[in-house]
Amino acid sequence: MSARPGALYGGLPEAGPPGFAARLLELADELRREGMAVGTSELLDAFGALATVSWTEQERFREALAATLAKSQEDRRVFELVFERFFFRAVEREAVERGLREERFAGGERLDLDDLRERIRGAIRGGSDGEMRDTARLAIAAFGRQGEGSGVIGVDVQRIRRTLGLKGEGAREPEGEPDPDAVPREGLRRFERHLRRELERAMIERTRSLPPAKPLQDFDRALPGGPLQDLAAVHRVVAQLKRRLATQGQEHRGRRRSEAVDVRRTMRASLETGGVPLRLKHRPRRPRRPELYVLCDVSTSVTSASVFFLSVLHALHDAFRKLRLFVFVERISEVTDVFERERSFAAVSRTIATDAGVADVSGYTDYGRVWLEFLDTVIEDLDPRSTVIVLGDARTNGREPSARAFGAVSERAGRTFWLNPEPRLYWNYGDSVMQAYEPYCDGVFECWTTKQLEGFVKALTETSAVAR
Amino acid sequence: MASELRSVDEVRDGLGAVGYLAGESTALVSFLAGKLGKPVLVEGPAGVGKTELAKALARTTERKLIRLQCYEGLDEAKALYEWNYRKQLLRIQTEATDAGWQKVQEDIFGEEFLLSRPLLRAIEATEPVVLLIDEIDKADQEFEAMLLEVLSDFQISIPELGVVEAQSRPLVLLTSNNSRELTEALKRRCLYLWLDYPEVERELEIVRLHAPELPEAVARRLVEVVHMVRGLDLKKPPSIAESIDWARALILLGAEEIDEAVLNRTMSIIVKHRTDLDVVAERAGVKLRQGLLAG
Repeated sequence: MSARPGALYGGLPEAGPPGFAARLLELADELRREGMAVGTSELLDAFGALATVSWTEQERFREALAATLAKSQEDRRVFELVFERFFFRAVEREAVERGLREERFAGGERLDLDDLRERIRGAIRGGSDGEMRDTARLAIAAFGRQGEGSGVIGVDVQRIRRTLGLKGEGAREPEGEPDPDAVPREGLRRFERHLRRELERAMIERTRSLPPAKPLQDFDRALPGGPLQDLAAVHRVVAQLKRRLATQGQEHRGRRRSEAVDVRRTMRASLETGGVPLRLKHRPRRPRRPELYVLCDVSTSVTSASVFFLSVLHALHDAFRKLRLFVFVERISEVTDVFERERSFAAVSRTIATDAGVADVSGYTDYGRVWLEFLDTVIEDLDPRSTVIVLGDARTNGREPSARAFGAVSERAGRTFWLNPEPRLYWNYGDSVMQAYEPYCDGVFECWTTKQLEGFVKALTETSAVAR
Repeated sequence: MASELRSVDEVRDGLGAVGYLAGESTALVSFLAGKLGKPVLVEGPAGVGKTELAKALARTTERKLIRLQCYEGLDEAKALYEWNYRKQLLRIQTEATDAGWQKVQEDIFGEEFLLSRPLLRAIEATEPVVLLIDEIDKADQEFEAMLLEVLSDFQISIPELGVVEAQSRPLVLLTSNNSRELTEALKRRCLYLWLDYPEVERELEIVRLHAPELPEAVARRLVEVVHMVRGLDLKKPPSIAESIDWARALILLGAEEIDEAVLNRTMSIIVKHRTDLDVVAERAGVKLRQGLLAG
């Protein structure tokens, strides 16, 4: 954070300026708008906490607020983003109102590009925020002088980064020689953040007004699902999901909820009361794990999503008593044994890409054919206890959707769910035939963030408790 | 209590003195917990020192640690209190003939017949204590609801006796591995602390603190390897405790350097799954051979 709380509060004594409480409430309001549950009791705690820590120490100020307001890891993430934005804007607004302008670096022209590059690398490796901010300003001064600002901050950041030739470590060649010029990724990200903020600040100064606050985009919080993203991160998310899945449905497990008396334990307990069975012991009721049939689209139109899906499948494959996995493009192929055999996700995806034989000629998804083949393979096994989950975008590339065949599948299965990696807005546009399949499903879900995925898992386990 | 946790820096130094190197936020939240008298909910992956934090806090404030390990089916008889019915029965048998029923009944619901469980013990204690409620996510939701009274008002209602109020404010830590979502009501009453695996430098300090005989270069290499192993997709990534165990093992072996052979021999200290062993052997071996970790 480059915002200076000291300046913001005018360095007033302990009691705090009258505006402070209002500011904090504004912050809470913004947090609520981003979906965090900030209650009055949390706010009271926050005030209590701020009374005990010094406001001038930024790190502590923020940590104290975070500990009292953000009550989960996701909330913490949102908090960081909102906190940054909020105080950045607060300081800038103050500056605009008072008509303050900062001295810009004038030395930009004289700086040699190589020299600058070295300084920036040093700053990133050193990891000091102040140093990074200064070099970010230098870089902007050096490039701004050419008057090529595109006006779009994201574009400018990338352009500056490219011109400087900054590369993250281990991006491309994990097995090869380390690139001496590469810098730590985390540092690079922080440097980019500084660049972005400084550009924004320059823009605010130029236009003498604050741009309207944008709500955090879902993508900011979205699951690391793109093909370039860190698979380990996806896996961590899914691992947590899996643990939740394993413990869900156990709310119905407690002794009091079940009716079956456990005679043996009752007799044993009666020994304490001289053989009179005063207390009945009940047999715990085990939740029934659903049998799952999962069909996953692995065609190119859903590449990024299918990487995500596959890793979800990979992580989930031992969480159920019975789980059969299928992948499809033009044809369908069962890959259950691949998942059982291979531990590493990379090996699984390689095997599927080479051996599954799902892409026939065109590489376009053929949903109609897939349903027929699927029905053929599993018709014997599908029964009302089974759950079918389809992961796909329902884009048929103009081919026959064969919704009737899909209907036959869903009729035989106990429950059918559809997860679509596209936002609901795009469904049924173009060649998406979601509405043809929707009536046959017990539920259709958008699924491109962890939150949505979790929502789905909840629905899955909840209804399984009812269906029991 | 306020005299014991005076400032954030003091908390951090105090924790450091008893062998727990706390990060900035850990020290701050511990400090706030004492100041505001609020319970702390600590979450994070297994083995980052959640339980250890409670122990260290108890050591540094010289308080008694009362621990309640949660598990599925934990109920108030195990967590709060229970009537010692055997003793009650005996009393009835010996006295019922002489004294009237009324007197006996008043008698047998006295403190003498009450078995205190951890929560009641923490509330009753005359000296302030540290109360650790471990793995709260393993307990049932009903149990969470029962905790609310204890955590917000530091009191316990016993129908036969009345309300037992805390003699002193206990410092309460709840840990969770996040295996299920805790209720909003519980979270609302707590401060929140997320503990993650420490960065290389901090973990190096921790390892050096617990295994000072290990040469610095080897310790650094060890921490780097552990970090790399955590980056792999494992069933169970190595915890901090396991890094320390590994360091101690290396001292015993007199290892001067961590190369592939050493790693292969001692890997089972940090990796505990057969499939994980294969992954680490393959991936970490390659990296060590290429000396990618050298820098």
